[in-house]
Amino acid sequence: MNRDAGRLSLILLFAPFALWIGLLIVLPQIGIGYVSLREKVGINEYEYGFSNYMAFFGEPIYRNTLLRTAWMSILVTALALVMGFPVAYYIAKMARRQSRAALFLMCLIPLWVSDLVRAYGWIVLLRETGVISTTLVDLGIISQPVEMLYNDITVIIGLVYTVILFMIVPLVSTLQGMDDALLEAGYNLGGSRWTVFRRIIVPYAMPGIVSGCIITFMLAAGSYLTPILLGGKNSSWFTEQIYNQFITRYNWEYGATFGVLLLVFTSFVVWAGLKLTGQSLATTVAKD
Amino acid sequence: MKLGTKLLAATTMMVAASVTLAQAENLRILTWGSYAPEELVKKFEAENPDIKVEVTFSNNEEMIAKLRATGGTGYDLAQPSHDRIYAAQVEYNIYKPLDLSKINMDQLSPNLVEGVKANTTIDGEVYAVPHQWGTSGMMANVKEAPEAKSWLDLCNPEYKGRTSMRLRRTILLGMGFAMGMDPFALYEDKDAYQDMLDKVTAKLIECKDNIKTYWTGGDDLSALMLSGEVVLSETWDSTAFKLYGENQDIHFIPPETGALAWIDTFAIPRGGEADDAAYKWINFVTKPENVKIMSAATGALAAVPDAMSLLPDDKRAAVEAGFTEADMDNLKFFANIPPGIEDMEGLALERIKAASN
Repeated sequence: MNRDAGRLSLILLFAPFALWIGLLIVLPQIGIGYVSLREKVGINEYEYGFSNYMAFFGEPIYRNTLLRTAWMSILVTALALVMGFPVAYYIAKMARRQSRAALFLMCLIPLWVSDLVRAYGWIVLLRETGVISTTLVDLGIISQPVEMLYNDITVIIGLVYTVILFMIVPLVSTLQGMDDALLEAGYNLGGSRWTVFRRIIVPYAMPGIVSGCIITFMLAAGSYLTPILLGGKNSSWFTEQIYNQFITRYNWEYGATFGVLLLVFTSFVVWAGLKLTGQSLATTVAKD
Repeated sequence: MKLGTKLLAATTMMVAASVTLAQAENLRILTWGSYAPEELVKKFEAENPDIKVEVTFSNNEEMIAKLRATGGTGYDLAQPSHDRIYAAQVEYNIYKPLDLSKINMDQLSPNLVEGVKANTTIDGEVYAVPHQWGTSGMMANVKEAPEAKSWLDLCNPEYKGRTSMRLRRTILLGMGFAMGMDPFALYEDKDAYQDMLDKVTAKLIECKDNIKTYWTGGDDLSALMLSGEVVLSETWDSTAFKLYGENQDIHFIPPETGALAWIDTFAIPRGGEADDAAYKWINFVTKPENVKIMSAATGALAAVPDAMSLLPDDKRAAVEAGFTEADMDNLKFFANIPPGIEDMEGLALERIKAASN
């Protein structure tokens, strides 16, 4: 009797999670996978096979856009790590206890505004007749207004700004758990600042670094608004291709194929990143 | 037991609540931004207290994608352009035939009604009636670019870094005309159409250096033109007319090969659940006194007799600054797009976007 009740409560507790995973993650993926194997041969006539995938590899535009998206996302992740780490370290270790919460909150505030508004913020700053350009002209530093919008650098700036919080938050929480005694021991044993950083801080922060990098990379590769709004005439982003296939070309089969490929490819990049740096999910993100 | 009773009571209440909700009918309209101004929605709800209007703003491509995804359910009235209905209906079966006897046809302009009928009649059934119409062409800051008159001027080195366009099918068609071809005549011959697309693609890739950026929406374009960053751009006439109100140097320029004319229509999705309310809305917004409010919001001409006189004064001045009688006669109405054409155009557009120089 008692065991039955226990099992029932377990099932009830587990149900929301199972429904979430099943209905919102597994089922749609199966649907996308199914559509990606379908090829349209005429009006309401379909054949099944891998031809959509073959077509993807046969068309350099799509391949290049996917590679471009991956490279730029890796760059964004690296920049976010380089810029986010000192911030996180300062918040977790150097700031006074009272100011810690305030600093953390200040990092989070931009998240309360939607992506769209933040992108428009950058547009107002960077456009040819925008704040920065006009100020520089007024100060006499440059003679002609310059266009800083509509190129890949702007896209990277915008993306780093959008995702850096997702790097800082896990880093802060990992670093906060680090005992200062470890650092002192390191210095007492004759370690230089660089050695202490390399041998103690980085290994300790590794779970935070890995989870931060995975989240920021996935967010960057899957973002749509920022690259579209800030990017210029040459800045293709892979999610834009997916949108185009579904919406402007009515080609759900290609769109689904691209969706599957984006998922597989980004997962592969994450896996390769873990392998190259000698990390594994079990020893970092899933560590207790 | 007690819990059971409570649950039962709660369920009964919920059922009762949903029944009362169902009595007030919802009219879910899928339309373009500004095609359902707040003022008209309020007026309509005041006249028909039992109908509640819900508006979703969209564009041609998204309308079709949404209705296709749901099999034509989820909305009670849609407003696609006249050339986007035939193929979408044949392929995805997302609309239902209209009952023209429920529409006050004498409120609509007869030649546009005939035009839309010709485009959207399938097996003897009519699927759409016209609502607003307008054109795509160019707009120029006439102080900076007084000579611009052809689509090809967007690629004119004289305006290097100062022109813009939207990377969608309109520019492909416009360039096709400007390069001496007739895309609409080539629709039926896929090979010839591909040939035209290849030529236009090459031209637009070569032209990329000249373009500042591709605009993506009306707001985007307005900011580019008003700030003076762009002096010549492909545009919808309604956007140009709106900007004329803020800067009288910004004129709509119908290209010499003819502005491309579209008609936004009323069509009822196959799974629409409020047909009567939808017909009421159609008859309501095409009444002359309401057309005035609508045209002020959309900046486009209504498909009603004497639409010009129902435009607000500033818009009328803008139209008169842009169009001459000859331009009106030279309009190129978008022809029905056969299935498959948009896929070919999509690839061409992607090639242009991905090309770098």
